[in-house]
Amino acid sequence: MKFDISAVDLYYGNFHAIKNISLGIAPQEITAFIGPSGCGKTTLLKTLNRMNDLIEGFSVKGEILLDGNDIYEDRDVNLLRKRVGMVFQKPNPFPMSIYDNIAFGPRTHGIKKKTLLDEIVERSLKQAAIWEEAKDRLKKSALSFSGGQQQRICIARTLAVEPEVLLMDEPTSALDPISTAAIEDLLIKLRDKYTIVIVTHNMQQAMRISDKTAFFMLGEMVEYGNTEKLFSKPKEKKTEEYITGRFG
Amino acid sequence: MRATFTEQIEFLNTSLIEMGYLLEKTITATVQAMLNQNVTLARQAIECDAEIDEKERDIEKLCLNLLLLQHPVAGDLRLVSSAIKMITDMERIGDQSADISELTILLSDQPYIKELEHIPAMAYVTIDMVNNAVEAFVNKDKELAASVIGMDDIVDDYFVKVRDDLVELIQKGKTDNCAQAFDLMMIAKYFERIGDHAVNIAEWVLFSITGEHKFNAVF
Repeated sequence: MKFDISAVDLYYGNFHAIKNISLGIAPQEITAFIGPSGCGKTTLLKTLNRMNDLIEGFSVKGEILLDGNDIYEDRDVNLLRKRVGMVFQKPNPFPMSIYDNIAFGPRTHGIKKKTLLDEIVERSLKQAAIWEEAKDRLKKSALSFSGGQQQRICIARTLAVEPEVLLMDEPTSALDPISTAAIEDLLIKLRDKYTIVIVTHNMQQAMRISDKTAFFMLGEMVEYGNTEKLFSKPKEKKTEEYITGRFG
Repeated sequence: MRATFTEQIEFLNTSLIEMGYLLEKTITATVQAMLNQNVTLARQAIECDAEIDEKERDIEKLCLNLLLLQHPVAGDLRLVSSAIKMITDMERIGDQSADISELTILLSDQPYIKELEHIPAMAYVTIDMVNNAVEAFVNKDKELAASVIGMDDIVDDYFVKVRDDLVELIQKGKTDNCAQAFDLMMIAKYFERIGDHAVNIAEWVLFSITGEHKFNAVF
């Protein structure tokens, strides 16, 4: 397992956001987190690269291991976030050129050599399937691109630091169907190299791209299993009711 | 709650039950017409087949519509996909009933070359099989669906007996109406096929309840 989450409880002050969850996340697979709003899925996702650390009152119980090492014992959060990248719901390119967006991470990690940066920028944009559209406009502001292109630029920016895990928080919810399809194709390609965890409200998306699905409700993980199985023959009544739209 | 979707699923359920009852009515009429050489009843059974065909088209349309617009999953997906498969077999049962009734009309002006014994017995078993398959669907009854599959052996045994009886009649020269012997053989074959279709229906009923189908671990 890439991530081993065991007996994890997450709190915002007194609010118990995640209750005693144990879950293994396999490498080279896409794992989808689904569930009604407020069920804790994004909280759990953000915990995987400690994005919640700065939220006042946030606390963690239990153990989250990345390749066998407790992510909360290791003090180097920057290194953790280099290994575990995140893409957000709304495309959030920095207000600078595409080139500088992609080179931002590698520069932060000390890479200065122009030829090496050029290489990283090209490779990352190609991996994120945006190279053809961006190669002649590398010096243009990333903000001049469409939403779908901006999101792929953000994915390229995440890939530029060569992460091992990609966390995605509803990465296509602000995109049109064509951009969504482009991102989904991209995720399926990236699966061979990375561990991907995606939070999505789009059931069809979870079905189309994920290998495993975890269904959360009121902070509990109701069911986890193969996506095909969970959407065709769920074990739990609550899962069936949620995915068939009978509540939630 | 997806109110429209829930209503449509409910409507699909009701439509399948209605088609099931239509089948029961048709086969029962077919058997009665055959036993009593009743041409009027045979014609009614043939007319029922047209109703069954229409019902099949309606349900097929409803299922495709549900798949296209509602993207059903889990139990709903199993119900819709089973329904699409089941109605094909149900429609075939209607056809075979009509074929039997055609032969009943054809033979109506001549006495049967022997007292019908095994054909009615197999006909009654197939009626039970079809009724039970539909009831298993209505009540989501796994055991009843499984019992339908088991009953097929009884039908097959009767079919062999019918064949042996007819062969004996011809071999021993007990009848000179070989044409009717062939027609009775056809009737027996149609009942045997109805049994097979009832088994197929029962298998899809089981799939819709359990998610498992004999030929593949679908999910």
